[in-house]
Amino acid sequence: MTPVLETRYLTIRFGGQVAVDSVSLAFHAGTTTAIVGPNGAGKTTFLNLISGQLRPSAGDVFLRGKRITAMATPARARLGLGRAFQLTNLFPDLTVLENVRLAVQARAGAGLGFFHAADTRTDLTERAQTWLSETRLSARAHNRVTALSHGDQRKLEVAMMLALEPEVFMFDEPTAGMSVDEVPMVLDLIAAIAASRDKTVLLIEHKMDVVRRLADRVVVLHQGALVADGEPAEVVASAIVQEAYLGIRPANG
Amino acid sequence: MTRQHPVLRLLLLSLFLALAFAPFLFPGTKSVATASRICIFIVLAASYDIMLGYTGIVSFAHTMFFAFGAYGVAIPLSRGWIGWDAILVGTIVGAALAALVSAAIALLSLRVQKIFFSMITLAVASLAQILATQLRDITGGEDGLTFSLPAELQPSFRFLADPIFGVRADGRLIGYYLTALIALALFLLMQRLVASPFGTVLQAIRENEFRAEALGYRTIVYRTIASAISAAIAAVAGGLMALLLRYVGPSATLSFDVMTDILLMVVIGGMGSLTGPALGAALVVLAHYYLQPFMQMGFDSLADVRILPALIHPDRWLLWVGTLFVLIVHFFPAGIVGAFRKH
Repeated sequence: MTPVLETRYLTIRFGGQVAVDSVSLAFHAGTTTAIVGPNGAGKTTFLNLISGQLRPSAGDVFLRGKRITAMATPARARLGLGRAFQLTNLFPDLTVLENVRLAVQARAGAGLGFFHAADTRTDLTERAQTWLSETRLSARAHNRVTALSHGDQRKLEVAMMLALEPEVFMFDEPTAGMSVDEVPMVLDLIAAIAASRDKTVLLIEHKMDVVRRLADRVVVLHQGALVADGEPAEVVASAIVQEAYLGIRPANG
Repeated sequence: MTRQHPVLRLLLLSLFLALAFAPFLFPGTKSVATASRICIFIVLAASYDIMLGYTGIVSFAHTMFFAFGAYGVAIPLSRGWIGWDAILVGTIVGAALAALVSAAIALLSLRVQKIFFSMITLAVASLAQILATQLRDITGGEDGLTFSLPAELQPSFRFLADPIFGVRADGRLIGYYLTALIALALFLLMQRLVASPFGTVLQAIRENEFRAEALGYRTIVYRTIASAISAAIAAVAGGLMALLLRYVGPSATLSFDVMTDILLMVVIGGMGSLTGPALGAALVVLAHYYLQPFMQMGFDSLADVRILPALIHPDRWLLWVGTLFVLIVHFFPAGIVGAFRKH
């Protein structure tokens, strides 16, 4: 079976620094893979290479067997690569509803409508409202993003990716900075996506309990290189992960 | 969308009514010409706002597109092809050329950093200015082109024998309402455009281009279309200006004074609102036309006082315009509209 997403020897160097070092991984439909590793391990850079914000120094990215290495970010997004960002990355001066509607509109390919008012496309607005209620943001629909709490901004980030209805969901620490009572809701949303057979989820996450709950596979990056790949329980237990991720070094290290 | 503040609504309504009935409220050649100029600059400033306020593109070539339309109308008329068809063809050719050149600049240079894009527009605008003064056979050089208008637009033309509410039913009246109606139509068109799905994407690009791309929008396409539309509308405004002045020359349409005025209108009125630049246009045009006579009045009435008259001598009017603008920009950084925005 062709993997939905595959990287082959994916590498990027910034000056002399190798940020992602020849990472070859295949991701299949219906799987949820957690990407873990210490800060600076290259996790976010790896996602940027997949979604196209960065071009690799070497290696390739394939989507459903098609080489997309040279493709620009918007084209990749339209092919079904969805990305939520770690640092909140929204349209601050627009309302919450407008933010989500932009995603819905992108998905519907309706951005080049010139002569009707955006809010008369009730189908798009309704879809956007649905995603807002999924993420419990309906009450905030008409607030500007700048007026939202950090946690709500994180939820909006998730809502926008959901609204794109991608095939591949890339979450970058989705619950970071969220208040404790909001976390379960977001995790339930991700779990619902993970449970569907045709969606592929990549998740950067630091919290091990979240990883154990959502992921059926864990890959570990350390200094840009892939150092472990397997089921959550075995990976977390392995010595190399203890060293790379938890910072426990062998006595002679 | 946030609802408009009542004061702002009142301002906009008064501006609309004043322009709608300008020939009757403010009879006289000069005041009607001023009202025409306000209508034209509303269109010009609003079209610039689509670039600056909505998409976040800083271009200095907007006057060049304005000039395309003005010369488009002036060239056939000055060569003796005097008719409505000449005006129509001239405007369309000017607008099409403006859209094309604007799209070409955008495609070639919007990929580079914003500051370099601005520099490129500055270079192209300077080039256009030089061309307009050098290609004497076509543009009339520094002297520009003077021409006469179709009979229906001439002051001697009467479409009714009797005055309407004391105003002569002449070609000037037709000319004013032609300008005002086209300006209104273009303004409404632009309002439609910025509220459309396309307009929302433009705002998304302004707010966070990186994220707009991550959602799948090819931002270069949107920015190119936005600058082409903006340039075409500026060209139509230029055509109207040519009809108003019956003259087109580099200083009236192409100079950086015009560009500075457009920037002031947009910034003073409030970027990213269209209604802001409309108010800004009215304010700046009025300041240009009436501050000097107003100061003359003050000067005369204070003739006996010592220092004051020197300060408000009519020759110092630019000093006061400058001071006024600095104060407005300082105290209302988001412009007139921004000052009334509810949060």
